[in-house]
Amino acid sequence: MKNHKTIVLSNQEISPGYYRMRILAPDYNKLARPGQFVMFRVQRSLPPLLRRPFGIFRVGFMPADCDTMPPKEFIEIIYKVVGSGTEIMQGLHYGDPVELLGPLGQGFEFGEADEEKILVGGGIGLVPLYMLAEKMIDHSKVRLLMGGRTRDDIITVTEFERLGVETYVSTEDGSLGEAGLVTQVLEKKLQENNQVSVYACGPMPMIEAVEKICSAHRTPLQVSLEALMACGVGACLGCVVKGAGHTQEQPSYLCTCKVGPVFHARQLAWGSDDDAAASDCGVCR
Amino acid sequence: MIKRRKKIIRPRLSVNIAGMELRNPVMPASGTFGYGEEYAPYLDLNSLGAIVTKGLSLHPKAGNRTPRICETVSGMLNAIGLQNVGVDVFIKHKMPFLEQFDTPVIVNFFGNTQDEYAAVAERLDAISGVRALEMNISCPNVKHGGIVFGTDPKAISSVVRQVRKKTSKPLIVKLTPNVTDIQVTAKAAEDAGADALSLINTLTGMSVDVKTRRPRLANTIGGLSGPAIRPIAVRLVHQVVQAVSIPVIGIGGITRAMDALEFLIVGAKAVQVGTANFVDPHAMATILNELEDFCLAEGIDDINDLIGSLEV
Ligand SMILES: Cc1cc2nc3c(=O)[nH]c(=O)nc-3n(C[C@H](O)[C@H](O)[C@H](O)COP(=O)(O)OP(=O)(O)OC[C@H]3O[C@@H](n4cnc5c(N)ncnc54)[C@H](O)[C@@H]3O)c2cc1C
Ligand SMILES: Cc1cc2nc3c(=O)[nH]c(=O)nc-3n(C[C@H](O)[C@H](O)[C@H](O)COP(=O)(O)O)c2cc1C
Ligand code: FES
Repeated sequence: MKNHKTIVLSNQEISPGYYRMRILAPDYNKLARPGQFVMFRVQRSLPPLLRRPFGIFRVGFMPADCDTMPPKEFIEIIYKVVGSGTEIMQGLHYGDPVELLGPLGQGFEFGEADEEKILVGGGIGLVPLYMLAEKMIDHSKVRLLMGGRTRDDIITVTEFERLGVETYVSTEDGSLGEAGLVTQVLEKKLQENNQVSVYACGPMPMIEAVEKICSAHRTPLQVSLEALMACGVGACLGCVVKGAGHTQEQPSYLCTCKVGPVFHARQLAWGSDDDAAASDCGVCR
Repeated sequence: MIKRRKKIIRPRLSVNIAGMELRNPVMPASGTFGYGEEYAPYLDLNSLGAIVTKGLSLHPKAGNRTPRICETVSGMLNAIGLQNVGVDVFIKHKMPFLEQFDTPVIVNFFGNTQDEYAAVAERLDAISGVRALEMNISCPNVKHGGIVFGTDPKAISSVVRQVRKKTSKPLIVKLTPNVTDIQVTAKAAEDAGADALSLINTLTGMSVDVKTRRPRLANTIGGLSGPAIRPIAVRLVHQVVQAVSIPVIGIGGITRAMDALEFLIVGAKAVQVGTANFVDPHAMATILNELEDFCLAEGIDDINDLIGSLEV
């Protein structure tokens, strides 16, 4: 865990609205675990005020500019342009100064070596699953079920294939792969074999549907969640999610940045979204 | 030949607040620095003037629903709902970590009744590692229709008096800016026995998502912090310094030494840094370096010469 004042190495559009950025990141090959994230400062001056959280897509080394120097360590992030911060990011070039705080949070647990692993990714939610696949592929059969709205949302699937991951693509409009939801494919797979571990990251409705399917099949599930974050280190308590057993009388809130962003499904409260845990203290902060 | 280095006299940064000698005037603002341990990997806690904890209550508090935060222009809104582990867990599990450092620990606390305030203060008073108490009075008084203690001079007077009886440690009362005349509330706290004042807490604000037409915070309204509030905070500190004779700690939107200096020049004896910690975990270290550089460049050997040096 460190804050690096560093630079952008490259930044390319890989699909309409999706960019892949490589950032100089000393020590990340040793430190970063699949599922962890960084708090990214898009420029050294303000605005925007807050850092943006991004999952680590992969880590690596590239040759230094001259032979006498050690190779450069980098991380790659993949981001979708959605607002003010990511708009600034899409304009960054080689050498632009940025800051990385991380690697942060708890990553994925790898599960039993020989059992099959199913990764479920929705759109940009695919990002943290790549490093996970890299780590697991030598010991387990790994399948990726990748869903998106249209073909533009299906990113980096060929890279998973190159690792040896068996991939299934579905899009809601049928513009690539099967037409339909990725969760329908998951249901089919678990009916064939439920002796697997499932790892999911994507939009909340997808994650909720995956959880329903996995709990019906008694299949262990780990999910990676998103939350609004200010600090990323457990100090502001802005990023909480409801923990298992959360009730209005006995509320349980877990920090996504510290306890997560990867959770075992059993750690979390699912279903009843009554949001009833309003504090008795509505005014004070 | 022996090279002689030109001797640089480092400026004196230490300040004295209510009998506490602080090595410098920079400390975190409550609720933005956790219980210290969250930022220890990034920052030497022994370099700070003091450590200020997240606000504690008598019993653990779960806090508000989400979303609890949202970014605004040069600031952020929060409605965390004062989630905290409670005073007993703090003493047992968080205090030992803080006691490793040679930095005064200021514990922020609150209550929803006068008795709750008094009970927390009494427990903290018994803990030797706690150097001072900071009392957050921006909380609704549930026994009096939820009116925020800090907006009612009578309520301030009464609750501060009761807490004063429970502690002999330095008592800092943290003022809310959401009042018509801050000089009145400041004076009420001073007269009731506060040893120092800190201000400002967050300004109440609101933001709406125009597409969904919903408030951006689950709690609808929240507290605004960050650079956006700084000019208001400087003005309020200036007014309070005029009205009281106890030391004042300035808070609000400080991100750089230049910002901290504004507060010191209007008369704050120290400053707290809040939201800036989220933006840059090294913010306070940078501010301290820059403060020293500023003093060297301006030929100031003692930061106390700057405090209250406003020319009008
Ligand atoms: C652990 C984690 C990992 C993430 N990984 C990725 C990733 O790999 N690729 C990617 O494209 N996105 C990822 N996100 C979402 C990403 O953080 C947001 O898309 C981004 O912050 C939007 O910033 P903006 O300024 O463009 O949007 P704006 O809407 O202008 O942002 C305003 C504020 O809301 C916050 N915000 C907006 N959307 C989100 C969101 N979905 N999640 C969290 N905060 C949000 C911003 O951080 C900012 O504080 C991740 C989020 C989390 C919590
Ligand atoms: C996320 C968050 C949590 C806070 N929690 C507390 C708290 O528990 N007690 C308190 O007295 N003030 C709390 N504050 C207010 C700050 O201590 C400070 O007064 C305010 O943020 C203004 O300073 P800033 O602009 O430097 O952040 C909180 C502020 C933020 C942003
Ligand atoms: S983002 Fe601040 S506690 Fe998680």
